[in-house]
Amino acid sequence: MSETFVIIGAGQAGCQAAATLRSEHFTGDIVMIGDEAQPPYQRPPLSKKYLMGELAAPRLELRPRKFYDDQNVTLKLATRALSIDTRAHRITLSDGTSQPYTKVLLATGTRARPLAIPGADLTGIFYLRTLADVDQLRPQVAPGKRVVLLGGGFIGLEVAAVAAKLGCAVTVVEMAPRLMGRAVSDVVSKFYLDEHRKAGVTVYLDTASVAIEGANGAATGVKLSTGDTVPADIVLVGIGALPNDELAKAAGIACGNGIMVDEFGCTSDPDVFAAGDCADHPNPFAKGRFRLESVQNAIDQAKYAAKAMMGNKIAYHEVPWFWSDQYDLKLQMAGLAIGYDMTVQRGSTDARSFSVFYLENGRVIAVETVNAIPEYMIGRKLIAAKTHVDPEKLADPGVPIKTLAEG
Amino acid sequence: MAKITYISHGGKETTVDVPDGLTVMEGAIRNSIDGIDADCGGACACATCHVYVDPAWSPKIPAKSEMEDSMLDFAVDLQPTSRLSCQIKVTAALDGMIVRMPKSQH
Repeated sequence: MSETFVIIGAGQAGCQAAATLRSEHFTGDIVMIGDEAQPPYQRPPLSKKYLMGELAAPRLELRPRKFYDDQNVTLKLATRALSIDTRAHRITLSDGTSQPYTKVLLATGTRARPLAIPGADLTGIFYLRTLADVDQLRPQVAPGKRVVLLGGGFIGLEVAAVAAKLGCAVTVVEMAPRLMGRAVSDVVSKFYLDEHRKAGVTVYLDTASVAIEGANGAATGVKLSTGDTVPADIVLVGIGALPNDELAKAAGIACGNGIMVDEFGCTSDPDVFAAGDCADHPNPFAKGRFRLESVQNAIDQAKYAAKAMMGNKIAYHEVPWFWSDQYDLKLQMAGLAIGYDMTVQRGSTDARSFSVFYLENGRVIAVETVNAIPEYMIGRKLIAAKTHVDPEKLADPGVPIKTLAEG
Repeated sequence: MAKITYISHGGKETTVDVPDGLTVMEGAIRNSIDGIDADCGGACACATCHVYVDPAWSPKIPAKSEMEDSMLDFAVDLQPTSRLSCQIKVTAALDGMIVRMPKSQH
């Protein structure tokens, strides 16, 4: 009998898994279930070029529509998986049908962490996760509008940059003492703080939002822990994401910080796999279990999981990488800054092109670069190859970065 | 609109019409042409959309930005006409262009 592999989640990981199953010559049926109306599309541009109006929606699609026909992938869009019966190997769908499976991949991603303060249900409060979210938000990001961003992470700051460029009055409210605190070093945080302030963005650090104030059901401002209220026409919430692991939990599959998988992408049920933002996985670069929210992880982990579904088990070991575009600045990161004993800065923030390397026992384990592509690319190579480097040479822009990868 | 011919590493030729404004990378992705990964979707962040522009066409396309040049430095099997296909915007002037795919993008 023919096998049926079901992919729950039609995002970057789900789409990659379908493509990999076919390129690895899986001949059974593939059914991909997605709760959004669109076929799989790229999310990174949503807070960047798409919000700016520089990229039309069709250009976001990861694959042309005929790809799914050509590759015999059945897309069930605008459909939710409601439950998985692992014993009967059946998934109950929101359209009232039941989908049998031989193996299933959970590529359910994350959702925006909801705001939990008084006034959070007023209109004029937006989140940014899906195309539909941005289509609602975009008309509001107009010249003269007062835009308040809750959260100074990648989403908040990318939107701040776009909104500032479009002529909005922009305020960022961040609870931590610095911007992008979970992701980058002090030097990079401080540099971006200066850049945003230069662009006219008001940034509050060490500040909590205690309530959204409103009139007639609509948000009018954000009350801060300082006692001040920042007037707002719109509020965008970018305070992190939560893994969509409820479906797995309800099916009795082990979950931690997301759906737990082994190094091959298999969950506690041998016929259920998981990949992408939702997967709590052993990551050698994190020196333990980790959950990564990134395009790199979605693509690479989906490839490994798809192979594992076909019985080809390879331990996941790809160097993590990330990027963020704000203004004319290209922030690129590779590796994970976990367990480092030294940091080395190369280049100056004044030149608006610099990098920060994280070392552990003389080896580069992570790098952050701003407008410094050679350092980023060499950094990735150094991390993968676990090369020993001389910190003095690394810090000296006079020493070509390429020579450091030669050993 | 331009007709662009993509030649895979194995020698398979595919010619497709690519509308103006799209990139050479998007022309491949939209037509399910294998050999271009484009992991980052065209943000010039991954160097997995590397192509060799046919030498006859190489001088006719706009020059590389500094950013593309730096990224390309690290692509696999670099050649003099190597480009990142996400950075080449299609115009009518590119009608007839030929690009070849490298052995691997990783």
